[in-house]
Amino acid sequence: MSEVIVITSGKGGVGKTTTSANLGCGLAITGKKVALVDADIGLRNLDVVMGLENRIVYDLVDVVEGNCRLKQALIKDKRYEGLFLLPAAQTRDKDAVSPEQMKKLCENLKEEGFDYVIIDCPAGIEQGFKNAIAGADRAVVVTTPEVSAVRDADRIIGLLEANELRDPMLILNRLRIDLVQRGEMMNIEDVTEILAVDILGVVPDDESIVIATNKGEPAVSNQESRAGTAYRNIVQRILGEEVPIMSFEEAPKGFFARLKTLFQG
Amino acid sequence: MGFMDFFKKTSAPASGSVAKDRLKLVLVHDRVNCSAQVLEMLKTDIIKVISNYMEIDLDELDIQITQTQSEENNGTVPVLYANIPIKSMRKIQD
Repeated sequence: MSEVIVITSGKGGVGKTTTSANLGCGLAITGKKVALVDADIGLRNLDVVMGLENRIVYDLVDVVEGNCRLKQALIKDKRYEGLFLLPAAQTRDKDAVSPEQMKKLCENLKEEGFDYVIIDCPAGIEQGFKNAIAGADRAVVVTTPEVSAVRDADRIIGLLEANELRDPMLILNRLRIDLVQRGEMMNIEDVTEILAVDILGVVPDDESIVIATNKGEPAVSNQESRAGTAYRNIVQRILGEEVPIMSFEEAPKGFFARLKTLFQG
Repeated sequence: MGFMDFFKKTSAPASGSVAKDRLKLVLVHDRVNCSAQVLEMLKTDIIKVISNYMEIDLDELDIQITQTQSEENNGTVPVLYANIPIKSMRKIQD
């Protein structure tokens, strides 16, 4: 059975593209056949995050307009067996495709034998969003523990439900453990309580993401990366396994820090 | 509560809970798509109608949109909350 999952958020810059890349790679590592679709037409980025920017010949709009066959536009990732990218067009805008065309595209990808189709949704709630969710079976909402991102996530959840995409799952991205421990950042429970949705995963703020993105190698394959571990756990949950949310308690490093915890009890 | 907590200032709450409270409030309005202006118009109309029948205490009047646990699914639903103290009934002319 194949499934189309849209990765969305409302607010820009919360990590939709990074999440799409990591989930796509993570699922491919487990042996699934995965298509990553960049639906952010005009502002394509999934290709650079994936390190596949030099291999683009055709794009999503070419497929939709019939300038090429679907197979010709799919870029095969050489590092991960079974992983393919359908890049967005860079010189067009969101109106170049319609929700019906996206629905058809998703059906065609399912027919190609993909186990998972991951759609990287653009920010906003306009045409690009409507296109990206049109063919989706399931939605994942990415947010960060900030008021602006959570507010937009709430709006997106409402719009998804209005479009028959029920029970979206939440990924809480860029959680700063140190700030949460000091009470200066909303914690996991705060965000899930406000949004009233199930949590799919929590990704800690991690410099390995910056480094991985710089190199075009998603962090999910890095065993040392905490964010990578978080993404691997999310992949397991998507596959239907029960994996507990990882513990973020950090052991205090220096002597004074340890002394302080001793007193704090 | 640990030993160190005795030395902490107990005045301002941490910003995390401030963020949560602010968000809860703003989302109540976002979800019903009701601006402060609409709420004010609604309030004026409610006062107008009720004043036809009873004299109400305008200073103690409280009308707001809050949330309550919904009975069907586990989520919350918005409710229009109105607390309108009555001073006296008006005589209704037949």
